[in-house]
Amino acid sequence: MEYFIQQLINGLTLGGMYALIALGYTMVYGVIQLINFAHGEFFAAGGYVGAIALGYFSGLGYMETHPILCLTGAFVLAMGYCAYLAIGVEKVAYKPLRKNSRLAALLSALGMSIFLSNGMMLTRGVYDAVYPSELFQGGFDFGMITISYLQITIVSLTAALLIGLNILVFKTKVGMAMRATAQDKTMSALVAIGSNRIISLTFAIGAGLAAAAGIMYGLYYGSVKYDMGFVPGIKAFAAAVLGGIGNITGAMIGGLIIGMVEIFGAGYLSGEYKDVFAFIILIGVLYFKPTGIMGENIDDTRV
Amino acid sequence: MIQEFKRVWKPYAMGMLWLLGLLWPMLGIHPDGTLTFQTTFRVWSYLLAGSSVCLVIYIIKASGSMTFVSRPLSRAAQGVKASATALPTWVWLVVLLGFCLVYPQFAGRYGTDVAINVLLYICLGLGLNVVVGLAGMLDLGYIAFYGVGAYTYAILNTVYGLAFWICLPFAGVFACIAGCIVGYPTLRMRGDYLAIVTLGFGEIIRIILNNWMDLTNGPNGILGIDRIGFFKFVFDNGISFETIWVKKLQLFYYFALGLAIVVAIAVNRLNFSRVGRAWESIREDETAAELMGVNTFIYKLLAYATGAFFAGLAGAFFAARMKFVSPESFTFLESAMVLCMVVLGGMGSIPGIILGVIALIALPEIFREFESYRMLVFGSTMIIMMLFRPAGLLPAKRVGQRSEEKEG
Repeated sequence: MEYFIQQLINGLTLGGMYALIALGYTMVYGVIQLINFAHGEFFAAGGYVGAIALGYFSGLGYMETHPILCLTGAFVLAMGYCAYLAIGVEKVAYKPLRKNSRLAALLSALGMSIFLSNGMMLTRGVYDAVYPSELFQGGFDFGMITISYLQITIVSLTAALLIGLNILVFKTKVGMAMRATAQDKTMSALVAIGSNRIISLTFAIGAGLAAAAGIMYGLYYGSVKYDMGFVPGIKAFAAAVLGGIGNITGAMIGGLIIGMVEIFGAGYLSGEYKDVFAFIILIGVLYFKPTGIMGENIDDTRV
Repeated sequence: MIQEFKRVWKPYAMGMLWLLGLLWPMLGIHPDGTLTFQTTFRVWSYLLAGSSVCLVIYIIKASGSMTFVSRPLSRAAQGVKASATALPTWVWLVVLLGFCLVYPQFAGRYGTDVAINVLLYICLGLGLNVVVGLAGMLDLGYIAFYGVGAYTYAILNTVYGLAFWICLPFAGVFACIAGCIVGYPTLRMRGDYLAIVTLGFGEIIRIILNNWMDLTNGPNGILGIDRIGFFKFVFDNGISFETIWVKKLQLFYYFALGLAIVVAIAVNRLNFSRVGRAWESIREDETAAELMGVNTFIYKLLAYATGAFFAGLAGAFFAARMKFVSPESFTFLESAMVLCMVVLGGMGSIPGIILGVIALIALPEIFREFESYRMLVFGSTMIIMMLFRPAGLLPAKRVGQRSEEKEG
């Protein structure tokens, strides 16, 4: 039983990260009906920027004196950098292809993914970027179960970001514009919504959330690597599909489920095959219920 | 010319500033608490110089000031084309074949090695072309079938001691079965979902190869695979056989060339058969094809199986040549590379794919010192091709547009 609860907590931590990445997929898909293959690379880039920023702060010696401030700074920098990156990527690789075939946009996205991960390798080297380990040592101990401070931080930050995004999308004017663009670009242009700006904004927000997940990943596992975006990216995509792509609530739930399945699968079935479970879920969902558990309209031609 | 310049300078300048902002944090911040600017500005100025040269050429061309160069060039190109079509195609094919046959005699060891690589990738590219170019299904896990073929030969040879020529059909058939297993659940999906699911399948097969220790020896790979061998009669005491191992690279080159020719002919015949036309109708409009009586289920599965079969054959050759297989040879990046070759050359066009493979395998060999930029170039090639020439360098002749894309 203790083992079960421990796994539940670990799954929640991991699932929250997947949910954050999955939101980017879902939002971009909702607005321009494109699977942004390069999204996993935003996640990796966020992890890298976080490592660089934290390394820089600790090099200056601020890490011992103001750890919380440094961490906040790293999050802000990474999210900002990835948003900036995503806006440019969208302008270069996706915007000119919006009128072309879907295959062209998909291949361009794939090329962008390879380009970004190799660009990161060339700029920062092939070795892992290490996170400072002195952050969030220790945790609460309940007999057999431990909840580390790091896990609490990650889960609460994830929850805060998700709530913030929900408020942004469902309560503000910008969110309304985003939802309108997702529904019908032409009509929303007629009522004076700049669809290009909204699409850029969607990319920026999605990439920012992925960057936050990247830092959390780095803190949790201790290091980041240039090609680490690929597998979590696919798992997060599985989460987005599981929840019903284009559906924000669905992406959150899907992310949690994928995280749980991975942790429980690794714990009870087999650790080596833990990456396989997310793929099997993805294939199963697409085969039996292509609209996902929360349901979202996907017309027949897309599936 | 001024007009053209006015039109592009602003986005260009903004793009370069964006790039500077993107580069500096990655290149200029160091973990020891120092900031540097020199490297960033050096890289940035190289990029600035390169891109502005391209931009100037583009402006001059767009403003029509280059007609004195472009007109004779296009006339010369047309002249070459006319003289090329004046001779029948088979003459060119014979010339090409003759060149391929004498190539290893003067290429040397390294050149032959590269050529074998090119030939194996041509098989892979043509196999993927059946799935992507003819049937219109984007497959991102294709390299897994190559892996299945290679492992089939490796295991049958090292465990059961079977010879290459017995294993070759098995490699094809096992890859074919793997293709059907992958193909079956994906038949209901189209477009981007299909791409993601095939990618997932490719990863699953790689993870299985990596973890099934008893069968595949896990990440260590399988060592000591036999070369291609064939038998020779010996009349010393009665009639017996002697195995001759293909040790010379040149001989292996001819086997690989034979395989590439067989695959090219097979794909060409398939393309112009009933099956090929059914695939093309599925690519152009799946719903309409179904309504016209094409059994899309069978044909899509067949496309997967055919593509996988060719990949399996190529895989067996790969294992025989390397004498070693490990899961690291069959990663997603390899799939993306083969896809990039198909896209660069032109989906659905056999000469295009051969050109694409040669461009993406042989050119990096020539520019050896830029080895680490290789994948970067692959990625940017895909983006640039999609932006400027989505049909590829030598586009296929019979293509249309999917009906659901026309509306969008």
